[in-house]
Amino acid sequence: MSKINKDEIALNYGANGKELTPEEIQRLKRLAKKKSHRLDAGGWIFVICNTIFLILFALVTLYPVINTVAYSFNDGLDALRGNIYIWPRKFSVESYKTVFNMHGIVVGARVTVLRTLIGTFTALVANALLAFVISRKRFLFKSSLSLFWVITMYVNGGMVPVMILFKYLGLLGSFWVYIIPGMVSAFNVMVLRTYMQDLPDELEESAQLDGAGYITIFARIISPLCKPVYATVALFVAVGQWNSWFDAMLYNRLNPEYTTLQYELMRLLSSVSKQGGNVGLASQAAQSTQVTTISVRSAASVVTMVPIIIVYPFLQRYFVTGLTIGGVKG
Amino acid sequence: MADDMNQDVNVETQNAEPEVIETVTVERQSAPSAIKVPVSLEEQEKLKKLGKKKISKAELKRQSVLLILGAIFFVYGIVFYYLPLAGWFMAFQHFTMKNEFFDSFFHSRFVGLGKFSFLFRFDLLKEAFDQTGNVFDALAQWVDGAMFIRTLRNTLGMGVLNLVTSFVAAILFAILLNEVKNKMGKKLVQTISYLPHFLSWIIVTGILRETLSSTGIVNEMLRALHIVEDSYNFFLEPALFWPIVAISNVWKETGWNAIIYLAAITAIDPCLYEAAEIDGAGRFNKIRYITLPGIAPTIVILLVMNIGNVLNAGFEVQYLLRNGVIQKVAETVDIYVLEWGIGKGDYSLGTAAGMFKSAVSIILIIIANKVAKKSGQSGLF
Repeated sequence: MSKINKDEIALNYGANGKELTPEEIQRLKRLAKKKSHRLDAGGWIFVICNTIFLILFALVTLYPVINTVAYSFNDGLDALRGNIYIWPRKFSVESYKTVFNMHGIVVGARVTVLRTLIGTFTALVANALLAFVISRKRFLFKSSLSLFWVITMYVNGGMVPVMILFKYLGLLGSFWVYIIPGMVSAFNVMVLRTYMQDLPDELEESAQLDGAGYITIFARIISPLCKPVYATVALFVAVGQWNSWFDAMLYNRLNPEYTTLQYELMRLLSSVSKQGGNVGLASQAAQSTQVTTISVRSAASVVTMVPIIIVYPFLQRYFVTGLTIGGVKG
Repeated sequence: MADDMNQDVNVETQNAEPEVIETVTVERQSAPSAIKVPVSLEEQEKLKKLGKKKISKAELKRQSVLLILGAIFFVYGIVFYYLPLAGWFMAFQHFTMKNEFFDSFFHSRFVGLGKFSFLFRFDLLKEAFDQTGNVFDALAQWVDGAMFIRTLRNTLGMGVLNLVTSFVAAILFAILLNEVKNKMGKKLVQTISYLPHFLSWIIVTGILRETLSSTGIVNEMLRALHIVEDSYNFFLEPALFWPIVAISNVWKETGWNAIIYLAAITAIDPCLYEAAEIDGAGRFNKIRYITLPGIAPTIVILLVMNIGNVLNAGFEVQYLLRNGVIQKVAETVDIYVLEWGIGKGDYSLGTAAGMFKSAVSIILIIIANKVAKKSGQSGLF
């Protein structure tokens, strides 16, 4: 013990004022590391409990999703018996065939893909442009325009006035209601602005000396440097677009050509007796083939969640930075 | 565009004029920092005015692109965010939809606070008080009788329950995950923990229904442990609805919410832990005296932000999970607005309810911010 303590002191304060050679420092650091990694009984109990807890947490998170996948690949009639856990008992892809033959799902999938692509692109351009404008030091209305947008984060008119506004703007019953109103979101703008503000001013100044206008500066100089934060915002917007159903229900209930995947899924899943017609949707499909409500529902759920589950693990580092900027600094 | 730029460059290289522009802008920018030295209020005003007056035409021209873009975003914001606020005027009318926007706006009957008195039903409260003579009984009767008050109670109740459980869960998860030394394992658990955040509430509530159904895993476990004989129907018990909503929130968002705390923990100076170790601090003391105080500012800011959202959080889960039996504890303000304001076409009533919700949110966030600042933390604004 005394040996290590001496070494530790040596590491922290130098050995009798003499300079330590790099090898010595390395040796001492290794020793210190070894010491800090040694665990007593209490430490072991903690590590074991913690590991068990986190494994349980991961299982509780994953199990329902895996269970849904297992049901979706199981034979419909067989699935009614229950007791299917992480693997299908009687393998079948009939449910998927049924789902892909449902008119609403097919239309909804097309609309959802379109709104995700168009909506993400337009929102990214709009948010980035606004963030660019309010992060320019010279801009005369820098702080007032920022405040104008920050306010929108906390105050909103509410569902009814917004809907009446959309009606008079002609957005009800159109595809564009998914794109235009949500194009600018103050939260995303603030994330982008914080990032752009941290870029050195000299970039802009030297470009201006070379005769570049603001559009060129935005497109050629700032944007390439903002790729990581652009990816973050694009991810946020895309997930929101992919998962939204409420706008389809509220604004396009009477326009089945603009239904979305999630809204169709909701109609399929909802077992509220009030919406009796929708329960019929699943059982209707079930009648014609050998699939059942539960297998069709599971298959439709899997279809809507698969694209996101495949993509998100690769974008992890982007949303981690984005959230940190938005949450801690903003 | 190109013309613009050429002129600018020319002017800057040849004339003495642009020098003036430069100094003006520099002055404008340095003014706020100079204010830190005690300068009287009038002087500050003067400085500001000076700065404003000297904005030259050249400067306007130079940033014309910014001005145009700014104007576009200003108009967009006015239309999509501020016009609906002007729509609050409808709360004081009996709004009837007509083909012409202005026609319906200006020719609807003005009813003053009529819609609000329909929401709050203070007459019911008074009646109940006259009957029972007891404040608490009267309040209970009022909440039971006045639908909007009931939805308000549900929204606030579930909002606060969700806020507390999701905060505690996320902080706990972040701290426990931070204690894991195995990098692979840590990464794996974290990646899995994000997953539910990316699923829509439609899917999550669907999964939840299956999990809690008679063939679901929860009932199977209960049967195996002989706690229930047949199977328990979780969605027919009003007392369980709020906890179910809170638990599904925790399931969906814990991993996601923990991201910020994990980042904040990483930012804590490792020297502090080393120093504590030398002083003989164990694992729990290090968490108690270093980790928690280290992430306290983050916790406070997020808390303030989320308190303003307490009333906004009550829609999707409740809408998707509710049924006739548990309606009284499941309905929230947003569902009320949807059913009365849009479903039944009483636009003014829906507006009034939404307006009240917005007002309460703002008051909550201001109070939370004040409290945060009083307790020595930096608030949101």
